[in-house]
Amino acid sequence: MPPLAPPSRKGQTPLTGAAGQRRPRTAYLLLIPGLAWLGIFFVVPIVSLFFTSLQASTDRAGIYQPAFQVSNYLVALQDYWPQFIRSFIYSGIATVLALIIAYPLAYFIAFRAGKWRALLLVLVVAPFFASFLLRTYAWRTILADEGFVTSFFNALHLLPQGRILNTPIAVVLGLTYNFLPFMILPLYAALERIDPRLIEAASDLYASPFTGFRKVVWPLGLPGVVAGTLLTFIPASGDYINATLLGGPGDRMVGNAIQVNFLQFRDYPIASALSFILMAIILTVVFLYVRRAGTEDLI
Amino acid sequence: MSWLRKNLIPIIGILVLVYLFIPIAVVAILSFNKPAGNFNVAWNEFSLEGWQNICGVPGVCSSFLTSIQIGFLATFIGTLFGTMIAFALVRYRFRGRSTTNLLIFLPMATPEVVLGSSLLALFLNLVFPLGFWTVTIAHIMFVISFVVVTVKARLQGMDPRLEEAARDLYADPRATFRYVTFPLVLPGILGAALLGFSLSFDDYIISAFNAGTLVTFPIYIWGAAQRGIPVQVNALATLVFLLTLVLVLTVQFVNARRRRKLERAVTG
Repeated sequence: MPPLAPPSRKGQTPLTGAAGQRRPRTAYLLLIPGLAWLGIFFVVPIVSLFFTSLQASTDRAGIYQPAFQVSNYLVALQDYWPQFIRSFIYSGIATVLALIIAYPLAYFIAFRAGKWRALLLVLVVAPFFASFLLRTYAWRTILADEGFVTSFFNALHLLPQGRILNTPIAVVLGLTYNFLPFMILPLYAALERIDPRLIEAASDLYASPFTGFRKVVWPLGLPGVVAGTLLTFIPASGDYINATLLGGPGDRMVGNAIQVNFLQFRDYPIASALSFILMAIILTVVFLYVRRAGTEDLI
Repeated sequence: MSWLRKNLIPIIGILVLVYLFIPIAVVAILSFNKPAGNFNVAWNEFSLEGWQNICGVPGVCSSFLTSIQIGFLATFIGTLFGTMIAFALVRYRFRGRSTTNLLIFLPMATPEVVLGSSLLALFLNLVFPLGFWTVTIAHIMFVISFVVVTVKARLQGMDPRLEEAARDLYADPRATFRYVTFPLVLPGILGAALLGFSLSFDDYIISAFNAGTLVTFPIYIWGAAQRGIPVQVNALATLVFLLTLVLVLTVQFVNARRRRKLERAVTG
């Protein structure tokens, strides 16, 4: 029974149409322009970033020479380890919050929306059509010190600093909000593939709705959870827009450190080392996930 | 109570949707504001200034046009290259498939700040002048990956029997592609292009690293945030949001109607 088969673990694209009958030469012709672009403007820059991260300073400020100065990495970590820790804590909390918020909506669209499904999916991506910066900035209005939200939580004595704006809470809330569609869409894609009859079968066998969810929906939707958490966590951990617009001076993240070192201090080696460390950490996280889920399931 | 339990998930789902739109509503409402000071963050007085004099503040419309130009260029090239890769991945067997998939996936698994800074490192090492072209090059790079993923999904979801039917009716490969495959994939390609344009038009981080002195619309907003964002920016952003939403909903509606008509034609 095909619907019961779990989604393929080892990602193999099912070839449709005349697959395999045509000569691969055409395939290479189709691939060359795009892959060359990604090679030149993604792979080469990463290599270039690596070499820059090892450069040494010269007599003139802002000018660096090729070297093999591994100590740049130590300096970068020594100076900016709090930013790294903050980045991963903030984006970790934001990812968990986003998962909790996104799941009911993804579930609703996948199983209960009926003919409204397409419209609801448009509404999920609609925030992308409004400026990211302005939407983030709008949270300054919503979370303002005298505003309704802050007063409400203050009345409950829930805010240690008496405010939300310019605190880590605002940064985490901003991150959660901004990357929510990246959580909803893969979750929906995974849930939509689940045969609803499986859920009915669970309830026919006297499973409570919660048990049915835990034993049927959650395990089958797991690839979506993996993809969604990654697609939220990755951009959130490198973000510096939320920390700058919503956080205080003590809430800066590693993205801020990279931006300041690259664009203001012009300390390219340290900035590159920071970028490289961030990428290495994230790739390790991704690799551990991908080993469990298979690349093609994620993208 | 049982009604609430039965409808709990739709209610939460709709609340989440509302939550997604709250900041957008704030942006739109503040476009009708006459701010008390420099910063347009709290409601003060109703005014149509932002809408009537939409280009009234220097830099707003010029940066807007720059972003539109970059968006179109990056979307066109990125969609073309991305669609070609998607076709190759779904329709052909070739060596290096997993490397290709990895190369598509990695840019999406890399934080923007790393993408932006690594490109800047390259351009600096090559002493390449920063500006319009460096930003466009960067945007094409990330648009490609998103287009591949979107179009690939569309191609995989296509019924292979439709193309087989065309071949059975003696259509040569070119005619099959032109009259069957391409029209069926086109909505997917257009959707991918729209996504690509939104990503490019709205990108701040990667652009900020590679723009030099060029000012795109997000870069203008970022700069203005320090000294107060003019209401005109809110008006323009609201306009873009509404136009895009109407466009997408119209396409959806037309598609749904076409599908229904087709289904009726098939089932008699």
